[in-house]
Amino acid sequence: MPEKLISPALDGWHTIGDNPQLLGSQCEECLTYFFPKNERECKNPNCSSTKFVEIPLSREGRIWSYTNACYQPPAPYIAGDPFEPFAIAAVELELEKLIILGQVAKGIDVDSLAVGMQVDMIIEPLHETEDEIKMIWKWHPKKI
Amino acid sequence: MKNEVAIIGVGMHPWGKWGKHFTEYGVAAARIALQDAGIPWKDIRFVSGGATIRCGYPGYVAGATFAQALGWQGAEVNTSYAACASGSQALAAARNKILSGACEVALVIGADTTPKGFLAPAGGYRPEDPDWVRFYLGITNPTYFALYARRRMDLYGDTLDDFAAVKVKNAKAGSKNPFSRYKKCFTLEEVAGSTVVADPLRLMDICATSDGAAALIVCSLEYAKKIGKSDAPRVVAISTTTPVFASGIVEMPDIATDSAAAQGIEHQSFRENLPKKAYEEAGIEPKDVDFAEVYDLSTALELDWMEDLGLASRGEAASLLRAGETSIGGKIPINASGGLASFGEAVPAQALAQICELATQLRGQAGERQIENPKVGITANQGLFGHGSTVIVAT
Repeated sequence: MPEKLISPALDGWHTIGDNPQLLGSQCEECLTYFFPKNERECKNPNCSSTKFVEIPLSREGRIWSYTNACYQPPAPYIAGDPFEPFAIAAVELELEKLIILGQVAKGIDVDSLAVGMQVDMIIEPLHETEDEIKMIWKWHPKKI
Repeated sequence: MKNEVAIIGVGMHPWGKWGKHFTEYGVAAARIALQDAGIPWKDIRFVSGGATIRCGYPGYVAGATFAQALGWQGAEVNTSYAACASGSQALAAARNKILSGACEVALVIGADTTPKGFLAPAGGYRPEDPDWVRFYLGITNPTYFALYARRRMDLYGDTLDDFAAVKVKNAKAGSKNPFSRYKKCFTLEEVAGSTVVADPLRLMDICATSDGAAALIVCSLEYAKKIGKSDAPRVVAISTTTPVFASGIVEMPDIATDSAAAQGIEHQSFRENLPKKAYEEAGIEPKDVDFAEVYDLSTALELDWMEDLGLASRGEAASLLRAGETSIGGKIPINASGGLASFGEAVPAQALAQICELATQLRGQAGERQIENPKVGITANQGLFGHGSTVIVAT
C-alpha cells in the first residue's frame, strides 16, 4: 500500500515543512496583521488600503485561555473512531498582537496548561482521507 | 426625556420545545401584550419584528408575518436582524418611529422555533466561511464560553462552585417564572455532578436553545398619558453599537481576533464598550442600576457581564455572588427572571424577554420573584457578527 500524501487541511493557511508557520497577511499601509489572510479591505477604521502581503506569523505565543472538547463536535469535524477528546488553546502572538485559536498537541490535557504559558506552533494530523493525511496547526507547551 | 417611550404592554409565550410554527408563539405573546396594554390590535400603527433565520421566508420578514397573522390592518411593518440583539434593534426602530411622530403606538415582537440537537453549519468544503472552519477544527459554541470561564478562574480565582452557584441561583428564580422552560431547582452538587462539556464548563453551566416569543407594546409618553398609563415603565436608553477595532477577545465564530499592531490601535472589549452609549443616553451611572437581565449563555458569562456593565469591579463579580447580593433580595439582583439558564435561548425573542422582565419587575408584578421596589433595570446581550445590545428601562 502506497504511503499517504501529507497535505494542509486548510490550503494556504499554514505551511507543513520542517519549521511550519501560519500564513497571515499584513496591510501594506498600516501594518495590521490578519489571520486568516485578508486580501480585500483593511479592517482598521483609520486605513482604507486594499493592498496586502502574505506573511508568515510568529511560531510562538502565550496562552490567553484554554479548554477542551469532551464530546465529538458535529460535522464538518471529522472524528477518529473512537473519538478522542482534545484540548484547545487561544494563543496570543506578541508581535502580531492577535489571538489565534487552535487544537493543542495530541495527548496534552488541560491539566498541563495555564493562562500565560508559552507555546509553540506545530503541525499534526487533523484527519485522514483515503489517500491523504490532512495536517493542521496545533499548540504545544514550550519545551524548556 | 426626549428619547423616552413608554412600555404599556408586555406579553410572552412560555419557553419550551414543541416545534410549532413560530407565528403561533408570536401571536399568543402579541395578544397578551395588547390585552395588557388595554388597546385593540387595530390601534397599532407599526409592527416591528425580530427576524428568525431558521423558519424560511416568513422568518426573514417576521414583522409582516406577524402583522398578517394578527390580521392585516394597514399598519407599517419592519423586520430587524441583529442576531441575539434582534429584539433590541426592533425596539429601536419602533422608538425612532414614535419619537419622530410618525406613529403613536407600536408592537415589537420576536418568536422562534429551534431545531433539536447541535446547530451545525452547511456541509461541503468551505474554508472561506469562519463558521465552517471552526467546526472543521472541532471548535463549538461551548469552546468560546469555556475560554472566557477559564480566564476568570486563572485571573480572578473564580471557582467551579461559583459557576455552579450562578446556575443554582438562576434555576431558583426561574422556578418561580410562569414563562420559563425549566422549573427544576438544583443543588451545587447536582451542577458539579453534571458531565464536563468543555472544561471547565459542565452541561448545566451552558444554556439550551428553546422555542418562545415575547412582545412589547410601546408608545409615546403623550399616548400613555392619554390612556391613563402615565406611570408605565419607560425605555430610557438603547445601545446597539458595533465593536470598535481592534477586538481583543476571540469571538464566536472567529478563529482569531483583530490585530492591534497598527499605530494608534488598541485592543477593545465589545461587551465592555456596549453599555457606554446606554448609560450616556440615560444620563445615569452603573451605581444607579437596581437590577439586570444579562445573557448567561454560560454561568461564568453572567459574571463577565456584571463587570462589563460596571455593576461589579473587574474580577469582583463572584464575591457579590458569594455574598448573595445578586440573588432576589440582594443589592443587585441579576437574572431575576431565571435567565437563559431557565429559559434556553430563543434568539429573536430573547432580548425582548429581558425587557419584559424589566417592565414586569418595575411594575411590581413579578410575584414570587419580585425585587423590592426597583427603579432602574438594564439588559445586556451579545450575538454573532458584532451584534449586541443593552437597554435601560426605568419607572
